Amino acid sequence: MTPVSSKQYADDVSLLMVLIDTNPLFWSSTAAPLPFSKFLSQVLSFLNSILLLNQLNQVMVIATGLNSCDYIYDSSLGLTTQRVETLLQKLEEFVIKDEELNKDDSVDGIGSSLLSGSLSMALCYIQRVFRSGSLHPQPRILCMHGSQDGPGQYVAIMNSIFSAQRSMVPIDSCVIGSQHSAFLQQASYITGGVYLKPQQPDGLFQYLTTVFATDLHSRNFLQLPKPVGVDFRASCFCHKNTIDMGYICSVCLSIFCKHHKKCSTCGSAFGQPQTNVSTSNQKS
Amino acid sequence: MTDAQVVKRAKYKSSVKDPGLRGHKSSKEGANRPALLNLTQDQGNYIFEFENFSDREICRDFVAKAIAFSGEVGGPTSDKAVPQKDEQLSSAEMERRIKLLQEDIELQKLHKQFVIGDVLSETEFWATRKKLLDVNASRKAKQRVGLKSEMIFNVKPSSDGQSNRVTFNLTPEMIHQIFAEKPAVRQAYINFVPNKAAYVSQAAEDEELAVFLRQDAILANETRQKIRKVDPTLDMEADEGDDYTHIPGHGLANEDIKDELEAQYEPFKRSFLQDINRHAAVVLEGRTIDVETGDTRSVAEALASTKRVELAKEASDGNVLQDRIDRIVRMAEIEDLQAPRDPPVAPLCIKDPRDYFDSQQVNALNQLSGTRQMKSRLSTSEAYGSLRAHISEIRTTGFSDPIVRPEVAFQVFNSLTQNISSSKYQLGKNPHESILDTLPSVTKEELLLVSRLRDAMSKIYPKLQEIKESVQSDTRHQVSLLVQPMLQALDAAFAHYELDQQKRYAKGGEKPNGYA
Repeated sequence: MTPVSSKQYADDVSLLMVLIDTNPLFWSSTAAPLPFSKFLSQVLSFLNSILLLNQLNQVMVIATGLNSCDYIYDSSLGLTTQRVETLLQKLEEFVIKDEELNKDDSVDGIGSSLLSGSLSMALCYIQRVFRSGSLHPQPRILCMHGSQDGPGQYVAIMNSIFSAQRSMVPIDSCVIGSQHSAFLQQASYITGGVYLKPQQPDGLFQYLTTVFATDLHSRNFLQLPKPVGVDFRASCFCHKNTIDMGYICSVCLSIFCKHHKKCSTCGSAFGQPQTNVSTSNQKS
Repeated sequence: MTDAQVVKRAKYKSSVKDPGLRGHKSSKEGANRPALLNLTQDQGNYIFEFENFSDREICRDFVAKAIAFSGEVGGPTSDKAVPQKDEQLSSAEMERRIKLLQEDIELQKLHKQFVIGDVLSETEFWATRKKLLDVNASRKAKQRVGLKSEMIFNVKPSSDGQSNRVTFNLTPEMIHQIFAEKPAVRQAYINFVPNKAAYVSQAAEDEELAVFLRQDAILANETRQKIRKVDPTLDMEADEGDDYTHIPGHGLANEDIKDELEAQYEPFKRSFLQDINRHAAVVLEGRTIDVETGDTRSVAEALASTKRVELAKEASDGNVLQDRIDRIVRMAEIEDLQAPRDPPVAPLCIKDPRDYFDSQQVNALNQLSGTRQMKSRLSTSEAYGSLRAHISEIRTTGFSDPIVRPEVAFQVFNSLTQNISSSKYQLGKNPHESILDTLPSVTKEELLLVSRLRDAMSKIYPKLQEIKESVQSDTRHQVSLLVQPMLQALDAAFAHYELDQQKRYAKGGEKPNGYA
């Protein structure tokens, strides 16, 4: 892969991928600190502000639903008027589509939205932008997330995170829900992004413009909030439970909570204990 | 010129037959004292204040001459009056003269030779030595004899072998010292000694009492008060050496009592040190009362009364406690005395997993067993419906104006800046500052040091702002004039530093995005 130089653009041009959590169960529960309409209005104003910062800035919005994800808005399509209108239109269509995909009516708790899916979609778009030519802004991903972490998505999310790290795309996280998200903490930590859980959800717009509106070049000179600690716990591959102590395959580094004879990911057989080998040698 | 004036006035005076001057007294020479001349007459006193002492000298001489002259003139008329006048003249002077004579043997010889040999009269003899008198008087008044610095250990009681009596021979001087050093003895003396007659034997008893009174309650009290008055910035460790009741060995680090023999001397050692300290304190305080006057009882009472006066003064001064509190509060603001707010070590980035574990446990439980806390109030379809309702609500009503209320925005901004500035002190660098890592480690250390300096410098800006604002508006202009060069210097320093930083980052090389 040829390295793409971004020197042709000015330093502070950014391509912002915004992943909006549209899990209806979360937004209608008590875990949501503010109503979806307020949240959406603040995010849309923030998008307008980003586009105002620089003529060459680009914004891409991806909706993270319960059963699917989709691109909602692309600023490079050039619609300056009716921006919000088109966005909301597409969002509504997406929600309808997502509801149709809802096969099972009984969901545990508020469920978890498909973060891994939207992350993958964002990274794919970024790769396309990289390959479009030498002229492109500096991309970054902003995750507006509220649902819980789905341990079943652990592997996919970790893969996305490592891929972002290799592409040098920072993942910023703005966690709206009531609890911290371990996945997003790890994502922001590994890729060099900003993780923030706003203490005052009413002032979400202020948080967005103060912290997340900064482009990558300016971040070299700015002090942005750092989390005190990162939750590095993983989920086990077999049961998807969050564990902090477990067994790891020495070949593919898969994590298991119980002892297995064979690794389910790479198929390597875990070896016999050493004592048997030595006794067998002695015998022969 | 003033001499002439004085002389003129005096001449005028002497034209009056008998000015009626009886005596004159003059205030002592001293730096800040006014030059006063007190003339006593038949009718009353007249006090004259002079501009300087030399003027007064002249006047005094003249007055002395006038008095002597009038004395002599009045001499033949009334012989009795003369010696009376002479006596009145110099009651204090007589004392001075006698003292001088006692001290100076040569002067005594001269005096004997001339005055008693009737060559000179007293006044004439002393007239020429007036300066000596004055000098001596002033010197005498200024210098006080201090207390002896030798402690009373050589008071060996004499005992006659027959009876069981032990007699201590104590001079009043020693008694004074004993009372000053051991206030418990003094107190006991005042309490137990009823009359003067039995004071000798009682003093002996009290000396024994003193031997037993190791824990001197009054002393301990006094020292506690002293400790409370101490400025909190002083070294308390050093002061705690004075606290008799608590620290064994007075905090002397190298004291280890191994012998049993030594152990039994421990209380004696301690009290010995206490005695030395107490004696030193008394000697430094000096004489608070005159020893020569009065007997033992009055000495004891006088010492007690002075102590009571001090205590009363302190008690009446109700502001003492408030002052202490104020001082402590002010002292507490001294930066050097503050405990470090943030530890100088970088805390581990990884928090105790147990904290998250507990919160995540709840999550895991929820996912496995069903919902407890975060349940959607609506069913799935209803939830979807409400979501769409929200979306259409925005489409119809649009954004609120303003998007965020100003006070909320302000709060958010404040909390963010606080959060950021508090985490700035963490010395552990973000591991993704790989630009720093590419530089040699020496420059990395330099940069870290410099960043700390820069932080300190940036703190100066708000302080300067505070200073400017705290000053009243009329002087503010001057203050801002003074402050401006400081600000300029700071700005230049920062700009220079930023330039350097930029050069360094450029050297480190920007990582191009999209490099796979």
